[in-house]
Amino acid sequence: MYNFDFVKPATVDEAVKALADDEAQALGGGQTLIPTLKQRLASPSKLVSLTGIAEMKGVSKQGDTVVIGGGTTHRTVAEEAASAYPGLADLAGRIGDPAVRNRGTIGGSLANNDPSACYPAAALGSGATIVTNSREIAADDYFQGMFTTALEEGEIITEVRFPIPKKSAYAKIAQPASRFPLVAVFVAQYADGVRVAVTGASNNGVFRWSEAEAALSGNFAADALDGLTVASDDMIGDLHGTAAYRAHLVGVMAKRAVAAAS
Amino acid sequence: MTQVNMTVNGKAASGDVEGRTLLAQFLRDSQGLTGTHVGCDTSQCGACVVHVDGKAVKSCTMLALEADGAEVSTIEGQANADGSLNVIQQAFQDHHGLQCGFCTPGMVMSAAALLKDNPKPTETEVRDYLEGNICRCTGYHNIVKAILAASGQDVSAIAAE
Repeated sequence: MYNFDFVKPATVDEAVKALADDEAQALGGGQTLIPTLKQRLASPSKLVSLTGIAEMKGVSKQGDTVVIGGGTTHRTVAEEAASAYPGLADLAGRIGDPAVRNRGTIGGSLANNDPSACYPAAALGSGATIVTNSREIAADDYFQGMFTTALEEGEIITEVRFPIPKKSAYAKIAQPASRFPLVAVFVAQYADGVRVAVTGASNNGVFRWSEAEAALSGNFAADALDGLTVASDDMIGDLHGTAAYRAHLVGVMAKRAVAAAS
Repeated sequence: MTQVNMTVNGKAASGDVEGRTLLAQFLRDSQGLTGTHVGCDTSQCGACVVHVDGKAVKSCTMLALEADGAEVSTIEGQANADGSLNVIQQAFQDHHGLQCGFCTPGMVMSAAALLKDNPKPTETEVRDYLEGNICRCTGYHNIVKAILAASGQDVSAIAAE
């Protein structure tokens, strides 16, 4: 790992100022960024830790919405969102392992947008709003492909607002070595329709499976998905699974999520 | 270099570190606490697990400067005040919960974190919790047994496989 300067501001405003430097990089829980720095895949001259910003931490229920600070760890979401939004809390409680969940943050995961990360499926599957230091971004506009988001340089995710569904669930089949999803599907049923978001499968990162959404909006049952398939053209193919296998798993995980939804 | 100050196993610990210095490096190289092992260095294996402000973390994937002001516990701080093994350590010995021993510090620290939150875990809960702790000797069965025994549960029905 190349060396860097380290700063730990106490407020969002201070962090934004520190990130104005071209060579600066924001640091959330570091569970992806630190391994990346070790591999010298990134070499910022300054790291701006977001872990000391109290205003970016915590889970609260505001009407029909769960609001989660961008610096909130997966563990805290798993514990504190459990009553308001159990499907989201369950997803957070199955990311990585316990030690990773004690450090990793929702803002860090969404800013990184790993094509196999869990949180993008929850955010897109809930139609969440990503709130930054400067604006609000709808999840449908936020995810723009593998490791690519609508965030500008130096923009910080301060909170994420999740509309609470009537029912939801996350079904994941883990890649056996990394424990990231090989394929995972988040399903959420709202009064105005069902959203289905798929992670781990596509070369373009998280995506909505619109045919499944239409079928489930008419009949929220696993067998409503019978006969529906996704094309394997854009699916990830690697030693853990072919593109065709991943495409098949999308259907299987979607059915499991619907069957488990509560 | 920047000075970092924290409490390690109840004692004040400080040293000059670089931005890139990992908590594991600070503990091992600056503080001489080599019980915390670095196995994979990619946050997979869990040999480096320590507690920071009461929570299990992988010290190879946390910067030392992030622990400034924190209370850190390592394997060296686990024994009882008289130097005897604590309940978890003793259970690992009693149930042969280690083979080569390299993963053991992380296993013990993860077990301590688990039992603090969940004093009577099921076998499944123990196995789930150890997802981020890898034993290359594949000695999981006796590790799980030791942790269940440390929680005060009867493990006589669990066969040694």
